[in-house]
Amino acid sequence: MPSRRVLGDWLGVVPFFLFAVAFIFWPAMALFVGAFRDAQGGFTLANIVALFQPFILDAYWLTIRVSLVTAVGGGIFGFLVAYAAILGGLPRGVRTALTTFSGVASNFAGIPLAFAFIATLGRVGMVTVLLRDVFGLNIYDRGFNLYSFWGLSLTYMYFQFPLMVLIISPALDGLRREWREAASNLGASNVQYWRYVALPILLPSLLGTMILLFGNAFGAYATAYGLTGGSLNLIPILIGQQVRGDVLHNPGLGYALALGMVVVMAVSIAAFSWLQSRTSRWIRRGA
Amino acid sequence: MAFLELVGLTKTFGATVGVEAVDLAVERGEFVSLLGPSGCGKTTTLRMIAGFEQPTAGRILVGGEDITARRPNQRNIGMVFQAYALFPNMTVADNIGFGLKVARRPAAEIRARVSELLALIKLEEMGDRYPHQLSGGQQQRVALARALAIRPQLLLLDEPLSALDAKIRLSLRNEIRAIQRQLGITTLYVTHDQEEALSLSDRVVVMNRGRIEQVGSPFEIYNFPHSHFVASFVGTLNILPAEVVDPDAGIVRAAGQRIAAAPGLPGIAAGDRVMLALRPELLTLNRSEGMDNHLEGEVETIAFLGSIVRIQVRVQDALIALDEFNNPNLDLPAIGDSVAFGFPREACLILDGSG
Repeated sequence: MPSRRVLGDWLGVVPFFLFAVAFIFWPAMALFVGAFRDAQGGFTLANIVALFQPFILDAYWLTIRVSLVTAVGGGIFGFLVAYAAILGGLPRGVRTALTTFSGVASNFAGIPLAFAFIATLGRVGMVTVLLRDVFGLNIYDRGFNLYSFWGLSLTYMYFQFPLMVLIISPALDGLRREWREAASNLGASNVQYWRYVALPILLPSLLGTMILLFGNAFGAYATAYGLTGGSLNLIPILIGQQVRGDVLHNPGLGYALALGMVVVMAVSIAAFSWLQSRTSRWIRRGA
Repeated sequence: MAFLELVGLTKTFGATVGVEAVDLAVERGEFVSLLGPSGCGKTTTLRMIAGFEQPTAGRILVGGEDITARRPNQRNIGMVFQAYALFPNMTVADNIGFGLKVARRPAAEIRARVSELLALIKLEEMGDRYPHQLSGGQQQRVALARALAIRPQLLLLDEPLSALDAKIRLSLRNEIRAIQRQLGITTLYVTHDQEEALSLSDRVVVMNRGRIEQVGSPFEIYNFPHSHFVASFVGTLNILPAEVVDPDAGIVRAAGQRIAAAPGLPGIAAGDRVMLALRPELLTLNRSEGMDNHLEGEVETIAFLGSIVRIQVRVQDALIALDEFNNPNLDLPAIGDSVAFGFPREACLILDGSG
């Protein structure tokens, strides 16, 4: 009975669609509608207009900068680590250990991560004190501050680069030995092989992973809140203040801020898609 | 002096010997095949010549120059890989021009050379396509053109046809040979397919367990194998254990019969154990005139192999294969029939009895 079989096939994905509706489409619709409502439930553009206040624009810019820095920094660092483990001729055990670490570290975010960094690189953190007492190096006197833009970026990198390792490893595995050998056989140096063959082949994967890292950092809330306590003006923290704050309570503005994040991500994804279409023309379509 | 010389070339992987003391001389413009089963060391030998493996011992000389320590990108040796190894991110034209591009040749020169090679491989209209848009045979022709673009002093082909279907394999191997003849490029071809090696090569190098078993023309390798291994690996062969009866008259006993195997068997004594090898195509069914030997047995199987029909006849403990050219008027026996077949003494090969 074909109709019964079709029904059976679709039954398996019903939980996914329920999940998507409940936790993606419904909240997205709710924040879109909420962004255009005032406290009394009437239509308003005030929340959207409020997004253009300087401190909110600054918050968007700061959030984008943190996300960009940690996506690019974490991406490059993660790529180099994955390269060393997979193509660098290290023992197989190193790769296994790195994969296990990356699986854990990429999910280690929020308050525990903030506390871990405060305990190690805070003003009286273990590493800070060790460097000061053993090596006479006071990193805070040298300009480092864990509770600043760069401190927060460093903390984000802890979960960003392992994510890059996890995602880019299969792509590095996919670089065939024969490509390197063929390039070398045709007279190419190692640099030329990477410039003309390996990097262009990896570029779609690299770009895809970077946009994922960007989104990962862009929406991070608990780590930033736990580390800086709201002293850094990031959009997720502003949303938190508007939605549950006693002083700044304005859910409509919170919805509008979230809608702004959706727009930023949409623009980023569109830019990525454009870049990817330019770098992956060679990929087999519809195969 | 030979153009390519391998002198005592050896490669070990830990305790395993991949290639052992290989000596080989290849003349300029010659087409030489390395033939052998998987793991015999033929690909390792090729990879050492290309520079992808460093020999444990020995030297590689090209045009009298020792290139053993040179990096692969400084050898000017073209290589075609089994799985094509085309760069998927480049068009056909870019793949072919890659070697010239990294050598920083002028764009006009690259364009001209690419056009010339596209014409050579008869893919003039496909320069803008990506590798995945081509068939396997077309991809391998592009790989050949890419290897030739840099005007290499030596061309290496590592089982280039093994990933292709039978019909394409046949046409492409003829094309490879025609291009090689046209360019006169010295070529080393690795294959485990005896038919490929015999049909393409000026000379065949048969390898086994890292060593060269025999080097010779396809005719010599097929008709006059030096060892049991070469005899059994190249072509189909009936091998029967035999005992020398009269070495002066070249008489042996095999399958319970006296067989005139050679005009004489110098260096072999009566009673010695040897192997009698018979090519199936030299055994003739139901004909006795002009034959030195006659055997009788019962037909056990008949197999149609296209242009030939292979009949297996049980003669005492031995199962002997006979090949008959297929034709519509062929008078074939039935399974279970008693048949007689004959062969001249020239059809017999006497091999070392140790196997």
